Order: sequence, then structure tokens, then C-alpha cells
Amino acid sequence: MKIIKTLLVIFLIMSLSQLKAIEKNEELKNKILKNIRCLICQGQSIYDSESDFAYSIKLIVDKKINENYSEKEIYEFLRQKYGDWIIYNPKLNKNTYILWLLPVLLFLLGGAIIYRNIIIKKN
Amino acid sequence: MKNKNNLFILFFFLSFCFVVFYKGLNNSNTYIPKTDDKKSVPIFKAISLYSNSYISSEEIFKKNNFYLINIWASWCAPCKKEHPFLMELSKDKSLILIGFNHRDNFDNAKKFIKKFGNPYSQILIDDGTLSVEFGAYGVPETFIIDKNKVIIKKFVGPINQDILKEIKLIIE
Repeated sequence: MKIIKTLLVIFLIMSLSQLKAIEKNEELKNKILKNIRCLICQGQSIYDSESDFAYSIKLIVDKKINENYSEKEIYEFLRQKYGDWIIYNPKLNKNTYILWLLPVLLFLLGGAIIYRNIIIKKN
Repeated sequence: MKNKNNLFILFFFLSFCFVVFYKGLNNSNTYIPKTDDKKSVPIFKAISLYSNSYISSEEIFKKNNFYLINIWASWCAPCKKEHPFLMELSKDKSLILIGFNHRDNFDNAKKFIKKFGNPYSQILIDDGTLSVEFGAYGVPETFIIDKNKVIIKKFVGPINQDILKEIKLIIE
């Protein structure tokens, strides 16, 4: 009887940890799918889309997660197949440098103007 | 002097905004696939429609020939339109045609082949992942693979007379 109880507890613990792993994978999958653009339906992520293309991408993301690919590796895989356009969060390159650098430049410019004005007022 | 500086900054800022928006408006906001990107054939394993057994990409591309990968489905109307062109291409001995049957009912796929003819030397079942491995995003799509096992050309949409001529020129 004791052996059965122990086995039951072990089985329960194993099932729980497996459930947790599945939940974790599902969270990661949803996070990735929300950051991938549906190429045939405008303004929709793969997560929101029901298109044939979205279905294929959902399958491949699931497959790659099960093959222990990291989030970064999955984005890189998709980028190699479809280019930067497929990812909502684009990499810094010649087409996106304005997007990345403009906020920093404006921040620095604003800071410089404020600093100059304060110094002028003090003097 | 101060006003002159402010005016210059304002002019510079407005010009900059104009250039950015002008450039942005000219950019397409839809996905345009690259059709001339040269990529190696991905490594994959897939189930054959007729033998129902797994075949690896090494086994498929072992011959020193040009290969044509065609993604098709029995439910896809443009696939019916391009089928006669595929039948014509299958007569060329230097080209091996491989069909990826994309998310289809197997019986319908077999009926399609029986009705319109089989241009493929191998038909593989594609649940959607196989076409993603090749960077496809719709049906039909066609890829030309050279003797070095490099994808040299991609055709989005059905094959027509012009594409047929282009493929024949490539494999010549």
C-alpha cells in the first residue's frame, strides 16, 4: 500500500512538472507569435491571424520550441526565410537606423537645449 | 543671431521630417518576396504521398540534375491552371519535378493527379512546415534548384507561358 502511495505521489509530481513545462512553452509560443507579422494579412500578427500562412508559421514555431530552439534562434530562422519584414521588432540596419537612432538623438538634443538654457539663466 | 540659429534648426528639422516621410511613403507596406535570393536547399524529412514513408532531402536531391519544387494543392484553383505547364516541363529529362502537396486531403490530391496527370517524380506531404522551410508564403509557388543544390529562382503564383520559357532558359 505504501509503495502504491509513494508511486502515486511521484507520478503526480512528474505530471505537474510536465504540465508546467507545457504551460511555459505555450507562453513562449504566444509571445513569439505576437511578435511575428502575418505577411498576407495586413496589420495582423500571426497570433491574431487565421490565414493559411499563419497556420504554417504557428506549426513551425511549435516544432522549433519542441526542438529546444531559443526565442532568438526562432526569430533568426524566420528572418532568414522571409527577411526582416516578418519580425515586428526590427534589427538595426541601413533601413532602420533612423528608427533606432532618432529617439536617442532627439533626447540628446533636448537635453543639450535644456542644459544650455539653464547655464544661460544662471550666468 | 539667436533667432537666426532657431530658424536654421527649425528649417533643418522640417527638412529632415520631410525626407523621412517622403522616403516612408515611397516604401511599400506589403511584403514583397525576393525571387532571386540564392539559398542552399534546406535539410528536411517528409512523408511521400504514395509510399507513405519518410524520405530525406539528401535522398531526394542526390542526382546531378536541376530540380523544380512545386507547392500545390487540389483545393487551389491556380494550381489547376499551371498544371499543363508542369506536365510540359516534366518531359525535359534534365529537370526533376518534386511536388509539395500543401495541407490537402490525400484522396483529393490523388484524384487531382489521376485526373490531370502526374508531372512529379516525387510527391511529398506538406503540413505547412515544409513550405516555410523553403520561405514560401502561398500556394502555388515554384522553386528552381541548380546542380549545386542551391535555390536559384523562386516564382510566386501559377506558372504561365512566360515563366515556362524562363525556366527552360535557366535549365538549358
